Amino acid sequence: MPEAGVLVSGLAFYLFSGWLLAAGVMVVAARNPVHSVLFLILAFFNAAGLFLLLGAEFLAMILVVVYVGAVAVLFLFVVMMLNINFVTMREGFLQYLPVGGLVGLILLVELAFVAGGWAFAPEVTAAAGGASTLIAPSGIMTNTRALGDVLYTQYFYLFQAAGLVLLVAMIGAITLTHRSRTGVRRQDISRQVSRPREESVEIRKMPIGGGI
Amino acid sequence: MTELPDFHPALPEIALALSGLLLLMYGAVRKDAPSRFVGYITVFVLLAVQVLEMTVAPGEGVTFSGLFISDRFAVFMKSLVLLGSALAVLLSFDYHDHEKQERIEYPILILFATLGMMMMISANSLLSLYLGLELQSLCLYVLAAIRRDTLRSTEAGLKYFILGALSSGLLLYGMSLIYGFAGSTEFPVLAEILTASNSHVPVGVIVGLVFMMAGLAFKISAVPFHMWTPDVYEGAPTPVTAFFAVAPKIAAIALFIRVLVDPLGGLVEEWRQVVVAVSLASMILGSFAALAQTNIKRLMAYSSIGHVGYALVGLAAGTPAGVQGVLIYMTVYLFMVVGTFAVILCMRQHDRMVEEIEDLAGLSKTHPMIALAMAVFMFSMAGIPPLAGFFGKLYVFLAAIESGLYTLAIIGILTSVVGAFYYMRIIKFMYFDESHEPLDKWIGRDIAVILAVTGVFTMFFFVYPEPILSAASVAAASLFPGG
Repeated sequence: MPEAGVLVSGLAFYLFSGWLLAAGVMVVAARNPVHSVLFLILAFFNAAGLFLLLGAEFLAMILVVVYVGAVAVLFLFVVMMLNINFVTMREGFLQYLPVGGLVGLILLVELAFVAGGWAFAPEVTAAAGGASTLIAPSGIMTNTRALGDVLYTQYFYLFQAAGLVLLVAMIGAITLTHRSRTGVRRQDISRQVSRPREESVEIRKMPIGGGI
Repeated sequence: MTELPDFHPALPEIALALSGLLLLMYGAVRKDAPSRFVGYITVFVLLAVQVLEMTVAPGEGVTFSGLFISDRFAVFMKSLVLLGSALAVLLSFDYHDHEKQERIEYPILILFATLGMMMMISANSLLSLYLGLELQSLCLYVLAAIRRDTLRSTEAGLKYFILGALSSGLLLYGMSLIYGFAGSTEFPVLAEILTASNSHVPVGVIVGLVFMMAGLAFKISAVPFHMWTPDVYEGAPTPVTAFFAVAPKIAAIALFIRVLVDPLGGLVEEWRQVVVAVSLASMILGSFAALAQTNIKRLMAYSSIGHVGYALVGLAAGTPAGVQGVLIYMTVYLFMVVGTFAVILCMRQHDRMVEEIEDLAGLSKTHPMIALAMAVFMFSMAGIPPLAGFFGKLYVFLAAIESGLYTLAIIGILTSVVGAFYYMRIIKFMYFDESHEPLDKWIGRDIAVILAVTGVFTMFFFVYPEPILSAASVAAASLFPGG
């Protein structure tokens, strides 16, 4: 029954997007920064649900794995460890609200103008036709596979470049934060194993009733 | 399955990347590896890649499914970038010896930054442009903050990072708008679409164009996106500043030219207004704000803002002659700026770096040769005729006049008169003021060689400019259709 399927996906859409919006508001409104991060995680999960509804299961997985699994957890650590006083950070909020609100409003109006003038040139659709054939129609291939197909062939160069960017990020993090400390005791297993019995155990005759 | 892509056009980049990885491994395995040794190897690699670029790689070639392009323009700009990076590494040795700041990561980061710049210059799609730019920028943020124990250096790194991330955001936003409205990220496809739809370009493309130009203007530090430049130039260690002022600036200018002329060439009437405005603002601010500076590194920051303004005059013309002018300007700029920074790196009193302009007082008596070289660079930057800097300005202004941009050319000449004042002020300090405290006698061998080479180039460019003029002309022509 197709109607039931449409109904369910419609319901799921409103459920996910409703929760997403509510969680987003709570991220900003929550007094406790740890709660903010937890709401952020809820928002990520709901966004992943929306992606699933669109049939973009790869993006949904990535969102959960990367954002929830790594980014949000990192946020949580930072928030807990830095002990930032968010109440004092919010003090100027009302003071800057008029200016910030005005800028936001202007941007919104500008975006509306742009959206109003949204039109594709006829040549564009013709030219874009060439590009869109690269991606297999859904149903034949999962989009994870489709992405993998172009990522390692057609976009091989970009994949390598991204790898180099990550490498540089790692070098940078180490360069800026690593300090080689002196006097650190490290475990040296080969030394431990090769230590003869004579070096570590000493047998002494003790007189009864006396100390060493 | 799919065939392997043609690696031939990208051979220099591949060689550079592999050398970088090998050096990194060497540094990781040999913990006590002398950084000077790694530095010399880096210089050698950069120069070897330069040779590879000019001989092995062919003039034309598109590879990696159209994401990467190697043309005469790319070869010209990459040669400048490679030379600039190699000179920057050479300049850093003495500083690192003196300040006990030998870090093996320093030359390696410069190497990877250079790789990023070469990828930017060879970008043939918005995606490869962005990844190259990020590879470069990430290295630069780290380099700015590499003296992590000093407040000024970390502050410079943080400022550069935050503003750079902001500008990357603007750039990406513009790219996504262009992709959304034009339907492609590839430069040739974009060029075709935008030239065909010349009369009715969607407004989204224009908005995207403006955002992209804002993002790129950040990278070349053109007004009004220049705010980070003086702080970063002043805060970063001096050899890093020398590097920032040369290679990344040349690469970003190359990127600016390629993006505007190649994919967005059909929108020349639209982007010309922006380039003219940015160029005017840069020239005016670059010359007037520099008047009030006392720190020579800040002065050089404003001077480089002004130079970007002059270079953009040529781009505003939008003709092959204009682009040729920009290329000549950047070539001359490379030598002048490297030479000036070599002088700044000689500025030590009692083995400490000094950065005030007053510290140069009486330099002509204590160090006549350095003072002479500095005078040559300053006269050249001001654009005094027989020196190289004059020719740089001449070609961009000629191109602007040929395209009818009279106002731009006239204001450019007026601001260079203002600029001449603060360049002359340095000469006045060196030749006509008594020194309170002379600079240290000792200068490094590397620095002396660089000073000699850049000084001779700047002074005698007019004797035989033909090879550079013709190479720039060929390079500029290769960007334009039918060229």
